[in-house]
Amino acid sequence: MGERITLEDLERLCWLSRLRLSQEEKVAFLGQLNKILDYFERIDEVDVEGIPPTHHVIDLTNVLREDEVEEPQPDEVLELAPRRRGRYILAPRIL
Amino acid sequence: MLPRSAIETREELAGGASVEEYVLSLLERIRREDPKINSFITICDGPAIEAAKALDRKRREGGKLGPLFGLAVAVKDNICTKGVRTTCGSRMLEGFVPPYDATVIRRLKGADAIVIGKTNMDEFAMGSSTENSYFGPTRNPLDPERVAGGSSGGSAAAVASAFAPLALGSDTGGSVRCPASFCSIVGLKPTYGTVSRYGLISYANSLEQIGPMASNIGDCELLFDVIRGYDPRDNTSLPQKRVEIGEGGLRIGVPKEFFMEGVQEAVEKCVRDFLDKMGSLVEVEEISLPSLAYALPTYYIIAMSEASSNLARYDGIRYGLRGEDGSDWNETYCNNRGMGFGQEVKRRIILGTYALSAGYRNRYYIRAQKIRTLIREDFERAFKEFDLIAGPTMPVLPFRIGEKLDPVEVYMCDIETVPANLAGIPAISVPCGMSQGLPVGLQLMAPPFGEELLFRAGRIVEELA
Amino acid sequence: MAEVPIRIGLEIHCQLTNLRTKLFCGCPADYRGSPPNTHICPICMGLPGSLPSPNKKAIEDGVAVAIALNSEISKRMTFFRKNYFYPDLPKNFQISQYDGGGGVPLARGGYLHIEGGKRIRIRRIQIEEDPAKLAYEGTIDDSTATLVDNNRAGVALLEIVTEPDMEDPKEARAFLEKLRGILECLGVSNGELEGAMRCDANISLGGGTRVEIKNISSFKEVERALTFEITRQRQLLARDIEVRRETRHWDDVRRITVSLRAKEEEEDYRYFPEPDIVPIEISEDFIEGIRKRLPELPDQRRERYIRQFGLQEHNAELISSDNALSKLFEECVRMGGDPIEVSNWLVGDLISFTRELGMELTDPRVSPSKIVELVKLIRSGSISTKIAKEVLMESLRSDESPEDIVKRRGLLKISDEALLRDVVEEVFTENEKAVREALHDEDVVNFLIGQVMRKTKGKADPNLTYEIVKGSLERIKGGAPDS
Ligand SMILES: [Zn+2]
Repeated sequence: MGERITLEDLERLCWLSRLRLSQEEKVAFLGQLNKILDYFERIDEVDVEGIPPTHHVIDLTNVLREDEVEEPQPDEVLELAPRRRGRYILAPRIL
Repeated sequence: MLPRSAIETREELAGGASVEEYVLSLLERIRREDPKINSFITICDGPAIEAAKALDRKRREGGKLGPLFGLAVAVKDNICTKGVRTTCGSRMLEGFVPPYDATVIRRLKGADAIVIGKTNMDEFAMGSSTENSYFGPTRNPLDPERVAGGSSGGSAAAVASAFAPLALGSDTGGSVRCPASFCSIVGLKPTYGTVSRYGLISYANSLEQIGPMASNIGDCELLFDVIRGYDPRDNTSLPQKRVEIGEGGLRIGVPKEFFMEGVQEAVEKCVRDFLDKMGSLVEVEEISLPSLAYALPTYYIIAMSEASSNLARYDGIRYGLRGEDGSDWNETYCNNRGMGFGQEVKRRIILGTYALSAGYRNRYYIRAQKIRTLIREDFERAFKEFDLIAGPTMPVLPFRIGEKLDPVEVYMCDIETVPANLAGIPAISVPCGMSQGLPVGLQLMAPPFGEELLFRAGRIVEELA
Repeated sequence: MAEVPIRIGLEIHCQLTNLRTKLFCGCPADYRGSPPNTHICPICMGLPGSLPSPNKKAIEDGVAVAIALNSEISKRMTFFRKNYFYPDLPKNFQISQYDGGGGVPLARGGYLHIEGGKRIRIRRIQIEEDPAKLAYEGTIDDSTATLVDNNRAGVALLEIVTEPDMEDPKEARAFLEKLRGILECLGVSNGELEGAMRCDANISLGGGTRVEIKNISSFKEVERALTFEITRQRQLLARDIEVRRETRHWDDVRRITVSLRAKEEEEDYRYFPEPDIVPIEISEDFIEGIRKRLPELPDQRRERYIRQFGLQEHNAELISSDNALSKLFEECVRMGGDPIEVSNWLVGDLISFTRELGMELTDPRVSPSKIVELVKLIRSGSISTKIAKEVLMESLRSDESPEDIVKRRGLLKISDEALLRDVVEEVFTENEKAVREALHDEDVVNFLIGQVMRKTKGKADPNLTYEIVKGSLERIKGGAPDS
C-alpha cells in the first residue's frame, strides 16, 4: 500500500476545498484516503483507449428556457442569510 | 401486524373515513414508536393536520379527490419542503428552511398526499447505513440493533414501522434500494430523467434520482405514477416514454459478476434459491457483464468528484451554519465547513477534489467516465437478449450498528446497486426471503423506461416470496 | 536599447444587457439601480436543490456575436463548472465553458479588423455567468466586512478572448471600440452601461514572459494600464531583471499595476462538465436563421459607404464603426445632403466640436437637418467654409438652425460684383505701394485679397474677389483707362 496522498497533499486538498480538519482527523484521514485510493487503483486495469466518456447518461440536448421574467421573491431567500446589513448579505473581510 | 396497503387506505379515506383521524393516529404512533427507531428528523404535525383538515373539507364539498388522497408520505430530508426545515442529515443545514417546494413535493400535494415528516439519512446521502447522520443513526425496525441501510434509512424504516404507507427516498448509488432491502420493503430507483430532481439537494447529480418506497409493489407503483413526469425546471428531465410490455414470458439474465466480490454466502444462497424458484415461471440464465467488476470504484470516483463541487456552496454566508468569523474569508469558510460537515462528507469532498485536480483528472475522473461508457454498453448488449437483469440488492445482511468502521468496507455494500446508477437504468429491490432471520432483497433491473416491466416482475416476486 | 516587439492579447467580458432574464434563472437581468438583493431567487443564489435552466436567447445572442466576429460556431457545446471559492460566487463554482478536456466553447477562431485594416484574431467566445457584486465599508483594505449584492449574480456574460495580435496600447483600445460598436449594432450589449464591458489584458515584450493584468474597468484604463506595464517591463529588461510570469492588478487610483499574491495564482479550477445542463447542439439552420436577422454590421456598412456613396476609405471607416455617427450620416444623405461633403463635415468638424462641447452624438441638438442645411449653404455659395464652421459651432451650442444664424448675423457671402469692385477700389487706393508690388509679386496679391476679406468680415466670395483683384491689376499693368 503506497502513500498516494502525503500530509502536504492533504493540506493542499483541504485548502482547495476550504475544509478545516482537526489534527486527529488529518491523521485518521491520511490512512483512510490512501486505502480508498488503493482500492480505486483497479480501474487502471481497464483498457479505455478510444472510449468516449459518459458525462450525461441520457441522450438529451437543447433543453432551453424562453427569456421570460419570473417575478422573484427575494425576501424569503435573503432572510436565510445568517448575517445581513440592510439588504446586503455580510461576508467576511477580504484581505 | 400487517398494515393496510396505501391503495386500500386511499379507498377508505376517499370513501368517507376521516383523514384527520388517520393522520392523528399516525402521528400518535410515530410519537410512541419512533424514539426507538429514529426514522424522522422532523415531524410535520402542524402542517400535516392542517392538510388533513383541508382534505376532509374538500371531500365534504365534493371536490375531485387525488390519487393519493389523504395518504401520509414520509419524505427524505434532502428533498426541499417549503417552510419545513430540510437538513440533509447535516449540522450544516440544521436550521435550513427552504423557501420553495421540490417538484416532487408539489406533485404529492397536487395528488392530495400529506407530508407527515422528514426522514433521517446519511449526511448529504453519503452512506449505506444511515449511521452518518448528524441526528443519530436510524435503527432497523426488524432488529433495532442493526442498521436500516442507507442513505434513505429513515424513509425505509418509516414504511417498515407503518409510520407512513409511502415514502420518498433518493438513490445515487443504491440509497433507495439498500434500505428497502434491509427493511424488507419495496424501493425503486427510476430511469435517470424520469423524476424531477428540482429541489433534491444534490450529492452526485449525474447519478441520482428520487425514488418511491412502499411496503408492496402496488403502492410503489401508485406513488411512482404521481412523482414521475417532465419538469422544465430540471434540464435533465426527459419527456416521458413507456416501454410496451408484452404478455409473453420474461427472460431474466443473472450476471455472474453479481456474486463475485464480498457477497455473503447466506445472501447468495437465498437469492440463488429464489431465482431457481422463479425459474419455474420465467426464463433465468446466467450471463456475464465484465465491466461490472469496475463499477464500484468508477461510481465512487464520479460521485465524489461531483459532490466536491456540489457541496462547495455550503460556506455559511447565504444560508446554513455560520460560526465566528476568522481573520479573513478563507479562514471563515474553512471554519464553517470544518464545523458543519461530518467525517464521511469531508472524506468524499477531499477525494473528489483530488480526482478532479490538475494532474489527476485524467487518471481518475475522466477514466471513470470512460468506464461508465463500457458499463452502459454492457447493459445495452444484455438487454438485447434479456428483458430484465437480476441479482441481490445487497451483498450482505443488515449489519450491526457500529460494526463497519472502515470506509472501503462500507463502500463495498454498494457493489450491487451502483451499476444501475452509472447506466441510468431503472432498478427495484423487492423482498425475496429471509436468511438468519434477516431480510434479503432481490434486485431487478430493466432497460431505460422499463419501470412497468419491473413492476410486473416484482409482482411475481411478491407472490413467490 | 532597440525597441522590442510588444504582443498584447485581450480577454473581454461583456454582459448580454439586452436579455430580459439572467442566464440560468428567470430573475430580471436589468439590475442597475435596484436595491441590493432584490433580483435573486433560489437558482441564482445557489440554494440547495435548485437547478439551472439555460436561457435560449442568451445562446442566440452569443451565436449572433460569433457570426459577427467571423468565428466558427461549435456544433455541440457544453457548459463546464469552474471551481473556486470566492465571496462573489454563490455556488462557489461558476458555470462557464471550457476549451479542452472535452469542453467545447460556443465558438472558436474568428477575427476583427481595426482601423487601418489590421486583423486581430479571436481565439474563442464562451458564455458564462457573472458573479455577484461586492462592496466594502470604507476601503477593501480596512473594511471589517464585505457586503454582497447578488443582483448581478447569474447575469449572462460573453467572454471573448483574442490572440496576442495587438502591438501597442492604442491598437488594444481601437479593438475594444470596434468590438463595442459591433455588440451595440447587434443589439446584444450596451457597452455604455457601467460594468457592462470589462477587460483583462495580457502582454509580453520581445517574446518574453506573459503578464496578465486584471481589473481594468474602462477602455481608457486599458490603454493606461498597458502603457504603464510596458514601461515597467522595459525598465526591468533594461536592468537585466527577469519579468516574472504573474497576474497583476490595475490600481486605477494610483494608476499602477500591482502583483497579486502567489496563493491566488495557485488556483486549480478543476473543470468538469456541468451535470445539470445537457449539451446544446447548434444546427446550420439555427445559425442561418440568426444570420438572416442580423443587422448590417460596421464592416459591411463601410464597404457600402465606399461603393454606394464614393466615400474615402478613412471617412467610411470612421463613420461606419460608430453606430451614432452612421445613423447621422445616413439621415443626412436621406435628407438630400451630398454624401461626400456630409462625410467630411461629420469626420472633421462635427466630431471635434461635439467633443469640445462635451456633447454626445445622440444629443438632439446634433440634428441631421443642421448638417444638410450647412452643406447646402456652402454649395449654393451663400457662405464660405470658414463662416460655415462658425455657424456649425453656434448652431450646436444654441440649437438655432444654420440658416437662421446666417440671416440673423448677416453672414451671407458677398457675391455682388459691383459691391466687391467698390471695396477693391477702396483697398487699392489705401495701399498704393502694395498695388505696385503686386504687379510682379503674387504674395502681395494675396495680401490685397486679405485686405478685402478684412473689410467684408470674411464674407467676400473668395473666388470672385480674386478675379476682380487680378483683373484690376492686369488693367493697371496694361495701362488701360479706368472705366
Ligand atoms: Zn435568480
